[in-house]
Formats: sequence, C-alpha cells, structure tokens
Amino acid sequence: MRREEGKEYLYITLHTELPYQYSAGRYMSRFLTTLRDEAKILASRCTQCGTVLVPPRVVCGNCFAEMKDFVEVGPRGTLKTFSVINFPFIDPFTGVQRPVPYGYAIVQLDGCDNWLPHFLDEIDVQKLRIGLRVEAVFKPREEREGAMTDILHFRVIGDRSRESSPEGEVS
Amino acid sequence: MPKSVAIIGSGQTNHTSRRADVNIPELIKEAVDRALADADLTIDDIDAVVIGNMEHFEGINLSDMWASEGSGAVMKPAMKIATGGTTGASVAACAYYHCASGLFDRVLAIGWEKLSESDTTTGIITAFDPIVERLTLAGAVGGLAIEANLYMTSYGITQEQVAKAAVMARKNAQRNPHAHLKLDLTVEQVLHSPMIAYPIHYLDMCPTSDGACAVIFASEDVARKSAHPPAWVKAAVCRHNHPYIGDVDWRKNTLESAAIEAYRLAGITNPRRELDVIELYDPASFALLSWIESLHICGPGEGGKMIDAGAITMEGDIPVNPSGGVISTNPIGATALIRVAEAALQIQGKADARQVEGVRTALATGFGGSYWSEVFILGRTP
Repeated sequence: MRREEGKEYLYITLHTELPYQYSAGRYMSRFLTTLRDEAKILASRCTQCGTVLVPPRVVCGNCFAEMKDFVEVGPRGTLKTFSVINFPFIDPFTGVQRPVPYGYAIVQLDGCDNWLPHFLDEIDVQKLRIGLRVEAVFKPREEREGAMTDILHFRVIGDRSRESSPEGEVS
Repeated sequence: MPKSVAIIGSGQTNHTSRRADVNIPELIKEAVDRALADADLTIDDIDAVVIGNMEHFEGINLSDMWASEGSGAVMKPAMKIATGGTTGASVAACAYYHCASGLFDRVLAIGWEKLSESDTTTGIITAFDPIVERLTLAGAVGGLAIEANLYMTSYGITQEQVAKAAVMARKNAQRNPHAHLKLDLTVEQVLHSPMIAYPIHYLDMCPTSDGACAVIFASEDVARKSAHPPAWVKAAVCRHNHPYIGDVDWRKNTLESAAIEAYRLAGITNPRRELDVIELYDPASFALLSWIESLHICGPGEGGKMIDAGAITMEGDIPVNPSGGVISTNPIGATALIRVAEAALQIQGKADARQVEGVRTALATGFGGSYWSEVFILGRTP
C-alpha cells in the first residue's frame, strides 16, 4: 500500500518461484563436461575463417558456417577490460542479492579470438589495469559439477614478463 | 521501392520513478491520448498498432494483450516487439516498415515500461545466456562499465570529462517537462557520488523510470495532408550483434555500421555539419563521448575534446540530447522511442524550451541487447 496526495494506491506483491531447465546442447555439454572432468577450457574453431570462439558453438556468427573443430584454450589469458561491481541487486541465479563487491573480468584466453567474462579475485582497482595477465582457478575435482562455476575465478598473475616466476605457476 | 513515411505526431507521459496512480494500460493510454491529440486524430484513424516493452521487467509475457485497451489495439492489426534497450527504436522501425510497405496509412508506435514494478538489473540479466554469462553479469551497469573502462583507458578520457557529460544531460533535462531527473549538478557531485561499478559513478548512470511514449507514423499521401509539419524518415537502419558480450568486436561496432548505412541512405557525407541535432541513447554518461565517435561526429578518442569545447551542449554546433537523454529518463521499452519522438519534435519545431533553432536534419539512436543498434535520420523533406 502506498499513499500519495491523500489517495490510497495499492500494490499486489507476487513472489514467483518458476524453475527453468536450459538445454546446454552438444557443444556446450562437451565444454562443461571437459571443465568438470579435465579442468580444461574448450573453444570451437570455424572451418571457414579459422576464428576460435569460447564457449564453443555450432555456428560461426560471422560466416554462418559450422564450427567443427574443438581446441583447448587458456587457462591463462589477458585482462581485456574489467569492472568492480559495488551496487546491490537480486541475482536471478539465486533469487537473493548477489554478494558485492566482486571483480568482473573480461579475459582473452590464450589461443582464443573472443573474450570470456568471469569473476576476478582482485577488487582493488588501483591494482588492476587492462593488459594484466590472468589465469583461471578451478575448483577441486570433487566439487566440480559441469558448470561455469567450476572455474572459481580468474586470478591476476601480473605482467607477461613476470609470468615464469614461481607465483605465476599454475598450481 | 519503399514509399516515403513521416512522423505526424507524438506523445509522452511525464516520466518519473514510480507511477502508483496508474496501472500499465492506464499509463500507456496517457501517451496514446497525447499522441492522437498532437496529430489531431482519433483512435479510429489508426490502421495498426506496434507496441513494445521487455517482458522480464514486469513479468507479464503477453504484455500487448494486457495493454490492448490502453494501446487502442482492440479489433486492429497489432504486434509486439521486444529487443531490449532498442525496443522503442525497433517499434518505430516496425511502424515505419508498415507504412513504407504501402499496406498501412497510419500506424501507432508505442513503447512503455514500468520499471518500478521489479528489479531492473535482475530483469536485464535474464536477457543473457543462462549458462555462461548470467553468473557474472551485473545488468546494464556491469556491461556498460566494462565498455567505459575500455574506452576511457584506450583514449585517456578522464573521469572529469565523463562527469561533464552527466552534468550537461541533467541540465538539458531541466528544459524538458517529460524528463525524470532534472538535476542541477556539478562535476564534483558526480565524481563524489558512489562508484557503483568502476568507472561508472551513480550519477553517471541512467535512472529507472515509469513511462510511455507513442509516435504516429503516416504514409506519404496522409503525411502531406497532415495539419502539422511532419518529420520525414530519411533512414531507419538496424544492426544486431553476436550473442555473447565476449564476442563483441569493439572496433567494428553496430552503431558505427548502422550510422554509415543511414548516412548513405540520407545522402549525408559530413555528419557533423549536416546534422543539426542528435538524440543519442546514452545509458551512461561516457556514451555521450564514445558513441558520437561511432557516429563520426568526431574522430576516435576525440569525445573528451568535444565535451571540453562545449560542442555538444545546447549552445554548441551539434547539440546532443536537448531532452536530457537516457541518463535523465529511462522507461526502457519507451526509451529508444523517446529518442525518435524527440528528434521528430526538433524537426517539427515543437520542442518548446528544448528546441534547437532551425533543425532540418536530426539523428536518433537506440542501444540494447549485446550492444546492438538502431539509427534513424529524420528531415523536413521526404
């Protein structure tokens, strides 16, 4: 109920619980099971223009041609742009507020032509800049379930020149 | 060959954060009544209705059915369009196609949204791929933040320059009785407002509004007999994009591609000189700088210089968003149609306090989805 200018205007509140099941399809299922079983990121390559896209999909949007080949990309890549999300909102994944702040990474995985969004483990913008090297951090095998959340987040590993240092090694 | 088409009338609600006094069809009827009155028509004169909003914001799927009494669609040909932020421009394009085909003489285009009725960011997230992108996307704010960061970093655009655009837009809105945020701001206030998603401050971002807009398109013969000067459609160009945010090629964007084609259709070779006013879909203030580059109003990275020089203010040589734009008013399904309506008002000389003098050619844009675009060019002659 809401009162304005002495008038009474009503609101009817509905909390809707409406479960959905989204089919991943052939290519996305292979992408997700490979994440789960091997902790590897798969992309598809266009048979016509050679473009490599993640997540893999049947059709190359530029060529309208079938993407028949799967290739492994990452797990390292380059931070192409980022944000740190501070404002509260309801997450349609969970129905409750998404925890903020969180780092939002847009990563070009090594060997890939397009970019992949994921969480970033760093939320101090002073420590972030476009061009930093990052790598995917996977959940332990027993916790992986065949979902994008099998990648926990991307972590910053610094500049390309420092990449061979011990802290930059894939654990 | 398509037939010439013109806009012969428009109407808007007075957009605001929450209209508790009207339900959805009642809100829509306000805009429709104003558009019909503006064109000196009644609903009986309308041959077809095109209406649009985004279902996920209100959770009503057959929104055109629910709205049909307010939209005037009962016993008329009607269809619904939903393309995200571009919805209003897609509605306008569809009404244009209806008239240009020769099948209809007067088509009512309606865009509306009542964003107060649920969480807008949540609704926007549900427009995106459920398996890969919903996990991390923070609605339009997050999607625009990554573009703003990339743009500002690439060209050394400062937070101050972006804030200046936010101040300008809200100042323009003060002249528009339909605008939602008519704020008198300083650059410092923008910079000191909360950083909602780096590098976007709270006062850099568009609001969520309740509102509706209606625009009447007419075939050439009808438009020539119209009581008021019509605004002729010189070009209406749409460009969609790849589905994933990570697929978007920022160097080859849809707005630039649509603008190039629209300029070709309208015979424009020097847009900065030949356009008199722009109504840009600016969901965040950085877009006022970046997207005029996509429209070839200035070169890449020169948007900051444009705002510093005052070129896009009401007093500048190419005023952008005399209405106050999207960062002042944002009922999403109506937002891009408002751009078209405002551009038409400028051509018709009916923009009152926000009128730019002597407008002969105006451009309007729509933005939505995975960074896709619509571009309209309107003029005084067919």
